[in-house]
Amino acid sequence: MDIVAHFNYWTVIILMMIGLYITIAQSNLIKKLIGINIFQTSIFILFISLGKISNGTAPILTDTTLPYSAPLPHVLILTAIVVGIATTALGLALVIRINKAFGTVEDNEIQQEL
Amino acid sequence: MPSTHLPLLQVVIPLLAAPICIILHEKTLTWLFTFLVTLTSFIIACLLFQHAAQDQVLTYAIGGWAAPWGIEYYLDRLTAFMLVIITGLATFIILAAKHSLETEIAADRAYLVYCAYLLNLTGLLGVLMTGDAFNIFVFIEIASLSSYALISISRDRRSLYAAFKYLILGTLGASFILIAIGLLYAVTGTLNILDLAERLPEVGNSGTVFTAMVFFTIGIGLKAAIFPLHLWLPDAYSYSPSIVSTFLAGTSTKVFIYVLIRFIFTLFGIELSLEQVGMNELLMLMSIGAILYGSFQAIKQDSIKRLLAFSSIAQIGYMILGISLATAAGLAAGLIHVFNHAIIKVSLFLCLANIIYYTNTDSIKQLAGIGRRMPLTMSLFTVAGLSLIGVPLTAGFISKWFLIKAAMANGYLAIVAVIVFSSILALVYIWKIIEVAYFHPETEAVLQQTEQRQTPWLMYLSLFLFIGACVYFGVQTHINVGMAEAVAADLFRLQP
Repeated sequence: MDIVAHFNYWTVIILMMIGLYITIAQSNLIKKLIGINIFQTSIFILFISLGKISNGTAPILTDTTLPYSAPLPHVLILTAIVVGIATTALGLALVIRINKAFGTVEDNEIQQEL
Repeated sequence: MPSTHLPLLQVVIPLLAAPICIILHEKTLTWLFTFLVTLTSFIIACLLFQHAAQDQVLTYAIGGWAAPWGIEYYLDRLTAFMLVIITGLATFIILAAKHSLETEIAADRAYLVYCAYLLNLTGLLGVLMTGDAFNIFVFIEIASLSSYALISISRDRRSLYAAFKYLILGTLGASFILIAIGLLYAVTGTLNILDLAERLPEVGNSGTVFTAMVFFTIGIGLKAAIFPLHLWLPDAYSYSPSIVSTFLAGTSTKVFIYVLIRFIFTLFGIELSLEQVGMNELLMLMSIGAILYGSFQAIKQDSIKRLLAFSSIAQIGYMILGISLATAAGLAAGLIHVFNHAIIKVSLFLCLANIIYYTNTDSIKQLAGIGRRMPLTMSLFTVAGLSLIGVPLTAGFISKWFLIKAAMANGYLAIVAVIVFSSILALVYIWKIIEVAYFHPETEAVLQQTEQRQTPWLMYLSLFLFIGACVYFGVQTHINVGMAEAVAADLFRLQP
């Protein structure tokens, strides 16, 4: 039951490991960037899971007080998503220039040319 | 009153100035503009330093939102000490940038370097100023993204691959720090560093806090290039333009060491991080590894930039070693070395920028006999090199003296032996350059370049300022040592 109760956290851990593995094991630079993206996405889910409480609603001020989910992690993750996009964009721009300069985007082939 | 907004202006001025560089576009104009902006930052930092030196903690609520809800800028002596180092380096390195960049990158790209330079400065200053853990992550990423761009702008195609490698490892590092911050938020429900510091003892040494500590240590280890997580650093320093390597070597790793100090001493607190978890033991092992590995690798290198990069890894080891002694004297020694190493390494890199401006190479073999062709630059290099080794009357001696004193006080004789031994290794790798430069016959590369150009006075001015500082802080130590000891006393909550 514990696994089901903490389903989202298990997802986070599995995604994190998949992302990290791709980043380390793949020699294709674009795949490395995809790995980084999966890794970051797992962190986003972690943060959003932290803010959620069961039966919580959106934090809107009404006459009746209801339990609501913490809005702060969502805001943080909006910022983190922007940072992630900037990193991916810069990474892909570098890959384009690497491809022009070396004629390949494979890690091992580039290292032979260095 | 405008002065009340100084903490905000410190960060915002370079941020707003960065896009103006794109509009100005013309390279001399942007260079002058960048210099003025960095000089303004330096003056603001000095004003804040004066304020903090009188033992006043300054807080600034962004947008008027009070602390635990809004983001707060927090200025104590540690912040002020680091602000002066970073802005001072940024200002006086820019003096040399104009001519050095002309030879090393395409002329129509120069304005982009200044733009990224200012953004990097914004990120670094933001990390120092902010009192909010998540904000630290954002500013770390601003600083890192601009440094990837700065590294990749060189003409050397290997810089692209170095930048990409740094991007992957740097992003992983920052993400690890983000996970740590998320876990801390999960147990305390706050992101404000002072608030966290208050609430963490209640939660105590729980699994979540411990996991956060592990993620944080790995993340900051990647960012600050602490051995064995330093893999990106040698390539990043050696293939980027000289001015960029000078700036990165002087500033970025130092700021991450600041983050390490801030988290260990302010956020986690001494009881938790040092006494209960024993983070200092891990850091001590890493630092001894860094000192020995960095020094041995430095001896093997032919490229001087690469040699200095490995020497940086060793020197980062000294700073971490100071912190890991877990005493006020040790922390003070680490901080003194942050200050002194910044000056020494920048001096060495600026000498190298002069040499590259003149000969277009940094290979030791090809630079044989350079001492006779560039007597002034090489003699300054020798002074800075002696300072790196730790010869008395130079800044390097002061840091090693305090470090050895702190280690002796703890009774760690083996560490004293490591420090002395690695100083001998430093002597070997600096001597290797000096021997070839003075006592070997001139090579073709050196002879051919002789008549072509004179090193411009601006590059000398910048170099003289840093060499002057190297010698000055070797004799007059009350500013940096006094401040570092006050900071250490603050962090250990000692009564003066």
